[in-house]
Amino acid sequence: MTATVHDEARRERSQARKERWHLLRRRPTFVFGSLIIMFWVFCAIGGEGVTTKDPNPTLSKLGTPFTKPFTDGYLFGTDSRGRDVLSRVMSGARDVFLVAPIAAILGVLFGTMLGLIMGYFRGWVDEVLGRLIDAVLAIPLILIALLVTTVLGKSKIVVIGTVAVLFTPIVARTVRAAVMAEAQLDYVTSAKLRGESAVFIMSREIIPNVTSPIIVELTVRIGYAVFTVATLAFLGAGPQPPSADWGLTISQEYGNVFGGQWWPATIPAIAIASLVIGINLVADSIEAVYNA
Amino acid sequence: MTLIDVTAESVSTAPALAVDNLEVAYMVRGIPRQVLRGVTFHVKPGEAYGLVGESGCGKSTTAFAALRYLPSNGVITGGKVMVAGDDVTAMTDKQLRQFRARDASMVYQDPGSALNPTLRIGKQVIESFTLLGDDKSTARDRALQALRRVRIADPESVMGRYPYQLSGGMQQRVIIAMALACDPSLLVLDEPTTGLDATVEAEVLDLVRTLRNESNAAILLIAHNLGVIRSMCDRVGVMYAGKIVEEARAQEVFDNPQHPYTDGLLKCLPRHGVRKNQRSLYTIPGTLPTIGANLPTCVFVDRCVLADDKCRTEAPPVVEVASEHSSRCHYPDKVSEIPDPVAGQSFDTSSEHRVVVRMEHVSKTFRQSGKSIPALVGIDLGLEDGETLGLVGESGSGKSTLAKALIGIHAPDSGGEMYLDDHEMPGMTTDRKSADKRAIQMVFQNPDSALNRNWTVRRILKRSVTKLTGVSGKEADERVNQLADVLRLTQRHLDLKPRQLSGGLKQRVAIARAFAGDPRVVVCDEPTSALDVSVQAAILNLLAELQGTNNTSYLFISHDLGVVRYLADRIAVMYLGRIMEVGTTDDIFGGPNHPYTEALLSAVPSVDGDGSERIRLDGEIPTPADPPSGCVFHPRCPRVIIGICDTDEPPVNEASLGHSIRCHIPTDELRVLQNIE
Repeated sequence: MTATVHDEARRERSQARKERWHLLRRRPTFVFGSLIIMFWVFCAIGGEGVTTKDPNPTLSKLGTPFTKPFTDGYLFGTDSRGRDVLSRVMSGARDVFLVAPIAAILGVLFGTMLGLIMGYFRGWVDEVLGRLIDAVLAIPLILIALLVTTVLGKSKIVVIGTVAVLFTPIVARTVRAAVMAEAQLDYVTSAKLRGESAVFIMSREIIPNVTSPIIVELTVRIGYAVFTVATLAFLGAGPQPPSADWGLTISQEYGNVFGGQWWPATIPAIAIASLVIGINLVADSIEAVYNA
Repeated sequence: MTLIDVTAESVSTAPALAVDNLEVAYMVRGIPRQVLRGVTFHVKPGEAYGLVGESGCGKSTTAFAALRYLPSNGVITGGKVMVAGDDVTAMTDKQLRQFRARDASMVYQDPGSALNPTLRIGKQVIESFTLLGDDKSTARDRALQALRRVRIADPESVMGRYPYQLSGGMQQRVIIAMALACDPSLLVLDEPTTGLDATVEAEVLDLVRTLRNESNAAILLIAHNLGVIRSMCDRVGVMYAGKIVEEARAQEVFDNPQHPYTDGLLKCLPRHGVRKNQRSLYTIPGTLPTIGANLPTCVFVDRCVLADDKCRTEAPPVVEVASEHSSRCHYPDKVSEIPDPVAGQSFDTSSEHRVVVRMEHVSKTFRQSGKSIPALVGIDLGLEDGETLGLVGESGSGKSTLAKALIGIHAPDSGGEMYLDDHEMPGMTTDRKSADKRAIQMVFQNPDSALNRNWTVRRILKRSVTKLTGVSGKEADERVNQLADVLRLTQRHLDLKPRQLSGGLKQRVAIARAFAGDPRVVVCDEPTSALDVSVQAAILNLLAELQGTNNTSYLFISHDLGVVRYLADRIAVMYLGRIMEVGTTDDIFGGPNHPYTEALLSAVPSVDGDGSERIRLDGEIPTPADPPSGCVFHPRCPRVIIGICDTDEPPVNEASLGHSIRCHIPTDELRVLQNIE
């Protein structure tokens, strides 16, 4: 008896998930965004296995520098060193997919914790942390990131950590607002009355009720992370040559655009733009479905 | 000449609102679900017609349909609505706009959300006149006049204010002024006083009553409060599952109901001063059918005590039981034979009256931007074993603050003490011993807020059981099942989440949780105010039963004096953070009373229609940040003695043993003033 009723509850939960999924699938923006993301994920996972040519060929295998697109079997031409642009853009997805989502997830994680504490305890805790956040947000994001990576080195871990810390205050604000509304409800009072600890109330009682804004925040943040990581790489605070990273490639090749060789810089730029747009399309759909 | 005569005559006889066989359905996921199943009633000009029934019966849908103001998924599938001779159902959009601007008005439940918070009152009132074609200065003059008409003393200054600067009662006056701007032939009032205090409610109802005499508008009043309907309406229609099941003159419906549903509704109410130890309250078995349900025969058949085979196979006709009194029932003559509920729980009144919790000189001062706001001032209160102490007073009087101080959510100011049995309790629940936490629990007003919507009922109860009693595993499961049994929750309910339960079931879960650790004291903060009367009756019965078996004490907060009278053994009356009067329920309802209690008691519109003279309370409860001098009640007191009340703190007079009144007027004088033998 109990087991069957338990199943019923579980069925009902999966039903809600299914319904949300069904709603998502019916949105063209979600489908289109997912297709873009899926393409880049495929490139990132496949790496050299799916590229048409070797992205980092040995000296002897290099083509003629600045071969134009659609010539000599180079779909998007070659770059200033004679490497295949298409293959490099495809394999460059790997760095983005490693760094951006991890950074975003960490940022959302820290931000959620901070927001929970601020929204639940309020009072002076909220005041102090709130002013700190304001201070962090007042400094230009990219400037601190550059400073930190210059001081601490340019490894992936440093980039991930920096972006995560930069995102934390922004996420914290969103979560704080949601938690504040929840903490005023009587079930929280009731939990206090039976002697629950603050940690229990925050993690078991409140968190399950604020998952929607957190999930929405996460998808939005991943999009921003792609952008921030690429910017950092462009400015030199990220992967170093001969990495095929998009931001790095753009910074190496953009000077040639004025000389008429637009493709080595423009193609990775389009890659970044398409991925960010794809993620934002998906994020918008998720937000609409969760808030409906 | 003759032509004019004819029109004049036809206007005076034609109903201002004629709803004929109206059927409305809501589209839910593409499927039409029927809500109104043929509603028919007529309202004459100048007449007030009341619609009553539980939530979900279609009252509000009828009101909205009368103005064709249904939500976007609402469709009129049949019938007709005629207002002043025009068919509302056949109007074009443009005609409809004209009709709503000139012929009909509506007053909603929440005045706060009916006014635009960013615009000054003046602008909003003036707009309702410019819409009618007045130029700016005429509109302004007429707006001032309209505000004066709804008895706003200083309309010039009110027009310059924003909605948030007005009290709820004032806001509702402004809305009524706007609704009357076009001198409508139909005025729809949808729960106009729900959410207002009894004293303010009485004020608004008085106003509507006077305005009725000044205008010829037909009034359609929707209210779940039967007392309001009785005191306001000429005729009443009782709705159930989208049909009017009984219709008659107001007095007739309430004194001589001819439909089992009406009879049940009235018996659910604690009336005629009935008390918990006299009998339990009547409850209507079952629940309202869901919208769109297929009801081919009598709509009430599943919950009716009179139902037989005929009721299950044949739709009942509308029976004219007396002149202007009709009932949709096969057996209206059997209604009066429905027996009253059985005698209630016998309460052990001979218990030794041991005090469980005691508050001594408890004060609570909040600080807000440097200002101190005393929300509780010197509260002395004790609660005996197995006793219910009712706590009444207008909103803002400090009832909830007192409750929260007792349960340890607001720490009282230093100097005050709280005792459980004979040991002192720390102010905050976090500092209290687990036995103390277990001893004092709470049932909240709104179960939606009080139950975690992501937890199953089983998890909610089990967590409370393990946390409060310390048992776990199988033992805890057993205890949860036991609790569920007592509260009449089934195993199925235990595995559902709160939103899958009805309001009454949710409140049962909340009560079960409060009782998880066999508490000594349960604080009930308006536990039934969000519920329908039949559900309220079931919950009150349950609370009484639990008290009888467990000897639990209740601190019972309610604005409904009928409910308090039913459940409470003693009553404390609060005003501005102070206890003005405390005594047994008989003391409070028998008098002599503090003038504030007197006003509160007389403000309640009664279902039984005893028309005692009402005492008007002017103004509103002052802010606790800046309490009046002397007696805090003196600016509103109808019996104020200037020279004493405004300068000196009143003494506490003992009217009889255990009945004390905080007033300058000696008790004997109060007795004379209030005509008490």
